[in-house]
Amino acid sequence: MLTKRIIPCLDVKEGRVVKGVQFVNLRDAGDPVELASFYDEQGADELVFLDISASHEGRETMVDVVQEVAGKLAIPFTVGGGINSLEDMKRILRAGADKVSLNTAALMRPEVIKEGADFFGSQCIVLAVDAKWDDELQSWRVYTHGGRKPTERDVISWVTEAVSLGAGEILLTSMDEDGEKSGFAEELTKAVSEAVSVPVIASGGAGNAAHFESVFVNGKADAALAASIFHYRETSVAEVKAYLKEKGLPIR
Amino acid sequence: MIGIIDYGMGNLHSVTKALERIGHDPFLSEDPAELEKADMLILPGVGSFRDGMAELEKRGLDSFVTKWAEDGKPLLGICLGMQLLFDESEENGSTKGLGLLPGKVVRFRENGVKVPHMGWNKLTFKQPAHPVLYQVEEGHVYFVHSYYVEAGSEDVLVAVTDYADAEVPAVAASGSVWATQFHPEKSSSVGMSMLKNFVEQKGGVEVD
Repeated sequence: MLTKRIIPCLDVKEGRVVKGVQFVNLRDAGDPVELASFYDEQGADELVFLDISASHEGRETMVDVVQEVAGKLAIPFTVGGGINSLEDMKRILRAGADKVSLNTAALMRPEVIKEGADFFGSQCIVLAVDAKWDDELQSWRVYTHGGRKPTERDVISWVTEAVSLGAGEILLTSMDEDGEKSGFAEELTKAVSEAVSVPVIASGGAGNAAHFESVFVNGKADAALAASIFHYRETSVAEVKAYLKEKGLPIR
Repeated sequence: MIGIIDYGMGNLHSVTKALERIGHDPFLSEDPAELEKADMLILPGVGSFRDGMAELEKRGLDSFVTKWAEDGKPLLGICLGMQLLFDESEENGSTKGLGLLPGKVVRFRENGVKVPHMGWNKLTFKQPAHPVLYQVEEGHVYFVHSYYVEAGSEDVLVAVTDYADAEVPAVAASGSVWATQFHPEKSSSVGMSMLKNFVEQKGGVEVD
């Protein structure tokens, strides 16, 4: 039986992990490679690196990070942030990443999804969507630019289009829940999961192990992603997985 | 020396990186004359079966790989590279494969499950004594695929997994030809052990 995946996410800026990481047992908690290995040992099923560098130099540094991580890690990893073109995808995938995630660039020019999928296969192309409930739309609205700019798009129509263009997986972040630690957006996740045939990664809102169980069972998520609860050691990947196993979910 | 067949089908870097991690220095090539110098070959690849065959044929690699296998030299197919070793695929009507292993590649039926089959799934060993499984735990490995093999003979099935009500061949082998549907290079210790077994046991055959 296919297992539910637990995915820690690391924000990387100019080659360093940011957003407060508390790992007393690590030599250097800001080193993406060291953190990646730590999560791998903890049983993470996959990792996501989000490049939040503002500069061109920062982006170049990310390529080195990817190369180094790829040299150490025997689990899949995705790199997102600042990937705008087929050239950007080539740079990151050739450095050893398994998947790239596209967000704003795909909304500005949806064909970039198809270009990537045609070249590397759908399994390499993750569509990241930042979603927020909208009373006017009576549905979830898509945001870009790290959640700062609302678009005209409804989440369901956007993910459906993206999958038809070749997106192989959806990384779905609920802006309503993000950072709240009150649980994942189950309704949203379920709606997206039922709308597309590809796997959906739920993101935003993880506060404890029960939240993961709930988004897998009620939200029909295939995978769930979290950052701060793992970084701040409020729980660990191993603890979450042990809990889910006990609850009878298929877990590696 | 390990040669990785570079025929333009997707991301070959993770296989290269994985072999480097276990202390080997593989080379990538699309040229049969170069690949001939290797002791063992890996055929990786992701994407469409028809494109994969076309890319092999364009470089004269189809006949080269066939002869390599018929000579009893070690070959490891991974993911699409596994599927190409079989007789044919139903993708795009029907496309002929290399025919080194018996069976047909078919699409998963979407009966309430997601396609592609993407993520970690558990292995069941059919031939626990096969050298590819030497000191390998019957654990989980990482799959990404929309088509799977319907093997023409039980004899080639070394390990399987289950998905979409199908028994999905995960490891297949016949003589010096070994294949995995999943990505050993991305399958943590379980996958890395199999990669190591291929490289160190040279696909179970005697070569000098």
